[in-house]
Amino acid sequence: MSWFETGWGLSLTVFLPLVGAFVVMAIPKARERLVKSTALAFALASFGTSVAVTVLFDFGGAEKFQMGTDLTWIPAIGSRFHVGIDGISLPLLVLSTLITVLSIVYSWNHWPEPHNPKAFLVLILLLATGMAGTFVALDLILFFIFFELVLLPMYFMIGIWGDRTMIRPPGFKREVETRLYAAIKFFLFTLFGSAFMLLGFLALYFKADPHTFDMIALAEAGRAGVFAGAFGGWVFAALFLGFAVKVPMWPLHTWLPDAHTAAPTVGSVLLAAILLKLGSYGFIRISLPILPEQAQDWAPVIAILAVVAIIYGSLACLAQTDMKRLIAFSSVGHMGFVMLGIATLTDIGINAAVIGMVAHGVITGLLFFLAGSMQHRYHTREIARLGGNQKLLPILGGILAFTVMASLGLPGLAGFWGEFMALLGSFNPLEGLSLGLFRTAMVIGAIGTVLTAGYLLWMLQRVNLGEPPDEWTGKDLHDADGFELAAWSPLVLAILAIGVFPRIVFGATDDAVVNLVKSAFGG
Amino acid sequence: MQALNTVLAYAEEAAHHLETDPGGFVGVMVDWAWLIPVVPLVLMFAIVFFGKRLPLKGWELAEGSMAFVAIYGVALLIANWIEPFTVEHHVEIARIGVLPGLGDLVIEWGWVVDGLSIMMYTVVGVVGFFVFTYAKGYMEGDVRFTFFFASFTLFAGGMLVLVSSANMMQLIVGWELVGVASYLLIGHWWEDHANNAAAIKAFITNKIADVGLFVGVIIAGITVGSFRFTDVLDAVEAGDSALARVGFWVGLAMFVGAMGKSAQMPFHVWLPDAMAGPTPVSSLMHAATMVTAGVYLLGRMFPFYQAEGFGDDVKLWIILIGGFTLFFTGLLALVQDDIKKVLAYSTLSQLGYMTAAMGAGAYTAGLFHLFTHAFFKGLLFLAAGSVIHGVHSNNMSDMGGLRKSMPTTYWTFLIGSLALAGVFPLAGFWSKDEILASVKADAFGLGSAADLVLVLAILGAFVTAFYMARTVYLTFFGEYKGEGHPHESPRVMTYPLIGLAVLSAVAGWVLIPGVSEGFTHWLEARLHNPLDGPLHFESIDWAVAGIGTLMALLGIAAGTRLWYRDAPTQLERDRFRIPVLYPLLEHKYYFDDVYMNGIVKPTAGPIARATNWSNNVIIDGVVNFFGATARFLSRYVYGWADQRGIDLAINAAAAAAGETGSVVRRVQTGKVQQYAGALFVGAILLVIGFLIFG
Repeated sequence: MSWFETGWGLSLTVFLPLVGAFVVMAIPKARERLVKSTALAFALASFGTSVAVTVLFDFGGAEKFQMGTDLTWIPAIGSRFHVGIDGISLPLLVLSTLITVLSIVYSWNHWPEPHNPKAFLVLILLLATGMAGTFVALDLILFFIFFELVLLPMYFMIGIWGDRTMIRPPGFKREVETRLYAAIKFFLFTLFGSAFMLLGFLALYFKADPHTFDMIALAEAGRAGVFAGAFGGWVFAALFLGFAVKVPMWPLHTWLPDAHTAAPTVGSVLLAAILLKLGSYGFIRISLPILPEQAQDWAPVIAILAVVAIIYGSLACLAQTDMKRLIAFSSVGHMGFVMLGIATLTDIGINAAVIGMVAHGVITGLLFFLAGSMQHRYHTREIARLGGNQKLLPILGGILAFTVMASLGLPGLAGFWGEFMALLGSFNPLEGLSLGLFRTAMVIGAIGTVLTAGYLLWMLQRVNLGEPPDEWTGKDLHDADGFELAAWSPLVLAILAIGVFPRIVFGATDDAVVNLVKSAFGG
Repeated sequence: MQALNTVLAYAEEAAHHLETDPGGFVGVMVDWAWLIPVVPLVLMFAIVFFGKRLPLKGWELAEGSMAFVAIYGVALLIANWIEPFTVEHHVEIARIGVLPGLGDLVIEWGWVVDGLSIMMYTVVGVVGFFVFTYAKGYMEGDVRFTFFFASFTLFAGGMLVLVSSANMMQLIVGWELVGVASYLLIGHWWEDHANNAAAIKAFITNKIADVGLFVGVIIAGITVGSFRFTDVLDAVEAGDSALARVGFWVGLAMFVGAMGKSAQMPFHVWLPDAMAGPTPVSSLMHAATMVTAGVYLLGRMFPFYQAEGFGDDVKLWIILIGGFTLFFTGLLALVQDDIKKVLAYSTLSQLGYMTAAMGAGAYTAGLFHLFTHAFFKGLLFLAAGSVIHGVHSNNMSDMGGLRKSMPTTYWTFLIGSLALAGVFPLAGFWSKDEILASVKADAFGLGSAADLVLVLAILGAFVTAFYMARTVYLTFFGEYKGEGHPHESPRVMTYPLIGLAVLSAVAGWVLIPGVSEGFTHWLEARLHNPLDGPLHFESIDWAVAGIGTLMALLGIAAGTRLWYRDAPTQLERDRFRIPVLYPLLEHKYYFDDVYMNGIVKPTAGPIARATNWSNNVIIDGVVNFFGATARFLSRYVYGWADQRGIDLAINAAAAAAGETGSVVRRVQTGKVQQYAGALFVGAILLVIGFLIFG
């Protein structure tokens, strides 16, 4: 075992961006080019180590935690620096480091107002550490710290670089700026959830004997029935709140459209591509293995909420007049499929959830990039004012059409597998779960795919097709530039590759998921 | 380097064929038949990336792919004709990956080389070849010439994926590729939103029907433990009791999928609107690709529908839906002014014949009609396109008298019309008669349903001849009523017409009961032996053939009586307006109105707005109420925070935009931290509570 495989590789992936953030802070603000290059270098280094981790990863034993380390950290409460990676977290780790790099590349020439690249890049790098750390943490306190670490940078990103339109939310006496309302709402919503989550973690700690925050040890205790009964039910509920807000599940989703719409382009991309996954990952990594019995009690509830989200999100999309908000709402429906997969508690369903998470990350991430670039050119997101984009910006329009097709679940592109397999899993959920309920969910979910196709194609028609409205004729609109194409091409390729060859993801996840389901549910 | 090893192991696995094949030249052809769908798909990418730089702007690649498929298909057809393939020979499967968590359910890429798929390869290749040739002339000078041929190749390639699939997952992939290609093609002229609406309508209608296909495939796959057609049909034959329990629902759900692609009532509404696409698209769509997919699926799953117990119940649905579709959509063709819409409704009606035949258990008859129809309907659309090209209008009220100025178009259109009407000895006569005879014979005892459908089918023969007579007279007879001087189309367009006209005349001769039974032999090599032993086809039934022909002649005579005589306007030539029926037909039985006003508009309008409202007002209202309550309470709990509430935080952040440092400083004393503090204190208290009372 080389030094790289004994925890250093993962630690580098996680902490290189953090180091980068400090280095960038030390560089004078005026030296913008150096600031950008330094940030990109650290992000690339982090991505590079995550690729190295993938190469060294033993896919034959994807169910085991690999390349980890377990060091004493806070002895007073028994919290340890325990990290490791298995087949479920690996694709998400690579996704998060990749998206970070692409975000910086995209930002190179597209700084949202009020500019200040230095501060912006520091925040992106901080976010990167938080995201990557969440996917490798195997200690609940460590997990919690990383989980919360993403909160502040995103809060500032929305609050400072966000949309400045004035709105008056329901119940407000006066108008506020969108970015402030959205940032505070995002922060408080998530904090509300994570407070309960922490409560759940603490409860698990005190109940376990000996007291521990270690996920693996807690999962063993869970299997042994230490958390059985009403206690476990309450803990599951607490964790549920924490994760469900992040996913977000209906009806805890209302921060999402506001935050995505108000955030600067890169903020929306990171939110959609990675931050939402922290919640669903939490369900798979923490709730299911540690509280398997309660997971079975809650599965019908999760399934119902997931199906409601699919239909509700799609219907809400049909009513949107703002392109970015429409894409934001589409996440509610797509994450509904992910949660439906998890709720089946079967290996098909959870595999579907992981590939659904990855696919949603690349597809919706790309959609937000595109929406951002369009806003940059047209200075509006109002669907009614747009039109004929395919004619004005042929390359950008073509990529948009491609991504929309992927988002509506076309076979051969990434979005298909998660959707279809979640439905496949719902036909035969874990033994003991209500067949009638899950099969109804399957049919309703399938109807949801129709609505999804409906709102996406309708948006495409209004934005991309037709003759361009008069107000854009003669305007100097330049098509996608080099930085944009550099940021988008990897995502386009990923969409195709995962679609044609889903084994890219399943090859890693399958053993880990089978092992998880077998040890937690005996199935 | 674990990752690399995994990839290598995969490659090895992929190279391993799960089922072996015959040796010799035929074996090689079967072995390499995977090229049939792959070549068009690869060339599609080549057209997208390099098409514009080629001398013929990518058309040569598209045409080349169709020529390849046509030659390969015909070669297989001949090989199969000389010595029918045996059941063991014609499924090739390469495992391309494992669907995780499904045990034996694997993702496979397979290609089927049996009678049914060979027939489809031939039809797609041959008709495609003619249509692509024609399209070169028709699309000359189009703004997106190259992109058009890329989508067109994708369209044909998707269909070939569909008909070559050895398992249901691959079928779904082809099925959706065809769908998305049709979306691109129907909306090819996307500058006009009417075309986009038609494209979306086609896509969404099919997507709704796909819910059925998905559900059917999922249930069948999980129940049987495999997506392979062979395994599912084996399970049917073995009388698998688990499958028998869900059989009716699987059969019905998959039929719903077929109804979408094959445009059976009530999913028929997309097809007439799909005329918004360029005419070559309509031609290929109505002849060889897309609409034949549903009938093909019924053919592929045929033994499934013959199963004891549940098969008959589903078949009853199939024959009735086919029967109603063939009659009622045929009537609609009578009142159209747009020549392409006449043909579109005629396609619906003919698809109804095919579906009804499959429902009656007449495998050979249904597929035979698919085969002959492909040639004459492809021909009719191309000829109509030639007329449109000459007249610059789709409407027959701008036509008339074209037989003199467009002789080739006239004669080929006439042959196509007579073939469609079922006049001896053209193609349609043989296949339609085969269907009538099979429905009459009612080998599977559907009883009165079969009798009803037989009556509808015979009446339908009259209607078919009637509307085609109308179309021919309004278009080619009388005085010219349009603008300018119509002219015959260039040779690149007329030669395909002649080629297809020849095929429309002779294609039926491959199945003349008692004389030549080639078509039956083609279909003999089957993926799976049907439950009913030998292939089911009827010897010629002279009574039915006589009645059918009589009906066709009557239709032509009635048409001549009504429309031969010229009038100053075409409108005055339509003199048969039956009071109640005519308005009903003009409004297409109100299907579109009901769908639009009953489903689409309410969903996209009030329901969607209500959902959005509930989100913004109700859910967010609750959220903001909690926020306000918390702030109210905080005034008492943290009295000192009163001055530093939300207003200050907002103002501070706004003023400090750009100066990150100061924002951090103010927010640190602001509201967020207080909430955080409060929540964490609460959390700790709750935990302590738990430990004491829990």
